[in-house]
Amino acid sequence: MTLVDIRGLDVGYVRHRTIQPAVSGLDLTVAQGEVVAIVGESGSGKTTTASALIGLLPANGRITAGSAKVDGVETAGARERTLRGLRGSVVGLIPQDPMVGLNPTQRVGAQIAEAVRLRGIAGPAAAAEALSFLEQAGVSEPDLRAQQYPHELSGGLRQRVLIAIALAGRPKLIIADEPTSALDVTVQKRILDHLGGLVRDQGISLLIITHDLAVAAERADRVVVMRHGRKVEEGDPQALLNTPRQPYTRQLVAASPRLEPRFRTATPQTPAPILTLTEVSKTFAVNDRRRGRRGFNALDKVSVEVPRGQTHALVGESGCGKTTTLRIALGLETATSGSVVLDGTGISGLSWNRLRPLRRKAQLVHQDPFATLDPKFTVRQSVTEPLVSFRVGDRRTREARARELLDQVALPASYLDRLPRELSGGQRQRVAIARALALEPELIMLDEPVSALDVLVQEQILTLLAELQQALGLSYLFVSHDLSVVARISHTVSVLSEGRVVEQGPVAEVFTQPQSPYTKELINAIPGRSLDAA
Amino acid sequence: MTRYVLGRIAQAVIVLWAAYTLTFAILFLLPSDPMELQLAAAGVQPDSLSAEQVAAIKHQFGLDQSIWAQYWHHLSGVVRGDFGTSLTQQVPVSDLLSQRIGQTLLLSVSAAVVSLVAGSALAYLATFARWNPLRVLLTRLPALGASFPQFFVALFAIQFFSFQLGWFPATGTQGFASLIMPVLTISVLTSSVLAQVLIKSFDETLSQAYITTARAKGLSRSAVHLRHALRNAALPALTILGVIVGLTVTSSIVTETVFTRDGVGKLAQEAVLAQDVPVVLAVVTVAATIFVLVNLVVDLLYPLLDPRISHTRGRPSGRPVAVVEGATL
Repeated sequence: MTLVDIRGLDVGYVRHRTIQPAVSGLDLTVAQGEVVAIVGESGSGKTTTASALIGLLPANGRITAGSAKVDGVETAGARERTLRGLRGSVVGLIPQDPMVGLNPTQRVGAQIAEAVRLRGIAGPAAAAEALSFLEQAGVSEPDLRAQQYPHELSGGLRQRVLIAIALAGRPKLIIADEPTSALDVTVQKRILDHLGGLVRDQGISLLIITHDLAVAAERADRVVVMRHGRKVEEGDPQALLNTPRQPYTRQLVAASPRLEPRFRTATPQTPAPILTLTEVSKTFAVNDRRRGRRGFNALDKVSVEVPRGQTHALVGESGCGKTTTLRIALGLETATSGSVVLDGTGISGLSWNRLRPLRRKAQLVHQDPFATLDPKFTVRQSVTEPLVSFRVGDRRTREARARELLDQVALPASYLDRLPRELSGGQRQRVAIARALALEPELIMLDEPVSALDVLVQEQILTLLAELQQALGLSYLFVSHDLSVVARISHTVSVLSEGRVVEQGPVAEVFTQPQSPYTKELINAIPGRSLDAA
Repeated sequence: MTRYVLGRIAQAVIVLWAAYTLTFAILFLLPSDPMELQLAAAGVQPDSLSAEQVAAIKHQFGLDQSIWAQYWHHLSGVVRGDFGTSLTQQVPVSDLLSQRIGQTLLLSVSAAVVSLVAGSALAYLATFARWNPLRVLLTRLPALGASFPQFFVALFAIQFFSFQLGWFPATGTQGFASLIMPVLTISVLTSSVLAQVLIKSFDETLSQAYITTARAKGLSRSAVHLRHALRNAALPALTILGVIVGLTVTSSIVTETVFTRDGVGKLAQEAVLAQDVPVVLAVVTVAATIFVLVNLVVDLLYPLLDPRISHTRGRPSGRPVAVVEGATL
């Protein structure tokens, strides 16, 4: 039986009195009990499709043509009352980001019970049923958790609460919109495994919306690839991965992260380090309501070396201390004990003024290219700002340097007068890299530099970084949670867990023959591993 | 939690002390001679007194002491509820205050209640009106209301409602009818400010992901608004509520002067004109106390409304510092 039947669907957004199409001529079906995945980059129309199905298009969203039937009910042009009848009871939604998907001022139990009550169950029975859904979603101690507020739960637990809410309406279809992109890989794997089991047992259909081809291929019966609002290709995951018919799908498959170290053999002799962290520890004072004042060991005797002209990566899940390590290496944070030596100079305990000249040697590129560029600065201003602040050159030489820098990051000189909002995510990250290069540093610290970007753009930025390293002899300290990205750029790697280095060495060794159980778990959690093995 | 409450109370006391001291310093720097004022009030020419007599009078009022001694003397009096004697009226300042404060509190509380009701209603309608032109109109209205100077609103109200329509008395403190126009005058400003903040807050709240979650459950529009949007949207507005209650107090200066009401506001205006330093100091201290108390209540309400706050040690984001609010005086 067909549960979702979309034919020739056009959806657009009204902007300045014109309709800009977001989805055009889409055909899509989901059968009862089937798991379908829609894969695409940002702006491909995948989320718009899902919103249309559940009648939650933004106020300026319009279905302009075609039909989208859910469980026999037409949603195109439907009244709010009809759509409300579908929401919850026929279609459940697991939203994108669990950190913001729950009402912060209501206990999570109440938020689930609310969905139960819509089925006509009242009073204590609703609360009891809410607990059983929490349990189904894989939350241990459900009666304790139900009494807590969202901010008291971890990201993984919040995502499970959202799953419980989606289940509570007893829907026939669950739409999971990038359900785990905001979570660590090991948590992501556990939650997706659990969700897959639930829908299979209860005969619920699942529509997964994702940017990650590997996640889609691993878990769906059928994969639909979308781009620019159109369907590019559709088919069985194995067939799609092994014999993609469309050039775009081929590109996606090629760019899809795999754990293939770029440097298969360790360099015969590792060059002398430009940055050395020796037994660095960092303790934060924490006020815990239950346990009182105590110290929290963010870092515990971490030793890291970045070889000159090479890339050293720090990998680990959120809270493992990789960002703290980076901040200490930059001198933004002082270590509780241990030493940091940058290019022969110890920086621990240096005052701001003594540290400032050293900042020319080491620069930082942040994760979010949308937040790190001043929205009021043109590209020229952003790129030359470090030169101005260190009083390097005059107006004319700075202009020449700005052009040279843009050329290095493969942006045309005509972009000098653009503002950040006129650039795409990848272009912004190029500008951020150009700004970091302005003072000719020897070491660049990269904090998740490609995590906010689409797969194909990720690939381009990583290639650019590798080229820059070759041309300018740069050293990188590369922080990432994504092992496949690390594999593509790094020579050596440190795996961090709970503030400790659990494994360290050349990427080629660590990723192919992991020694510690934690590294093994991380590697096994990478989406698509089961497909590679098959 | 106890720490949070104690911390907030300590903060309130410090702010109050700082406001008092600042006012004392400013008034002390004024180029006026308190003794001349007193003598003028008593009908005595300063020139007719001998140097010994002047010194005796100065000694009697403590004016021959150093500024620190005067400051300490006055502050310890204030703590005991003694604000000294009015320079122009020769009666204890606390008597003047207690006669007048009832009128002003009545005016302020009425205006605060009206602002709260009118501002919330306007914001709710502006956010949830389904007919677009109406929504645009209601959204722009508060900006207009906040732009009118209060004396202008007051004069307009007197001209229109008193002189032309004859509905309400133009001046006086007698009866309920005399209260309506002053309350209206104050509320135009304060309800507009509240509505502006609430409208923005509602807009932001409704674009949050948890609202999508709530809608996806299949909840009705009103359930989404009441159970999920309202409480979260009210949090930023709570801050402004503290400012608004304070504004109704300070607005009484203009309003009571225009409508000739015998309240603390008018007392303040007269005292400033006559350079009656003890009275001005007392009025400022009372106004600052009201500001501080209201903001203390708001601060203590926060953890009850937002479960996230009792767990953070720092000042909740979005709360402006009370000293800045006091500066609108």
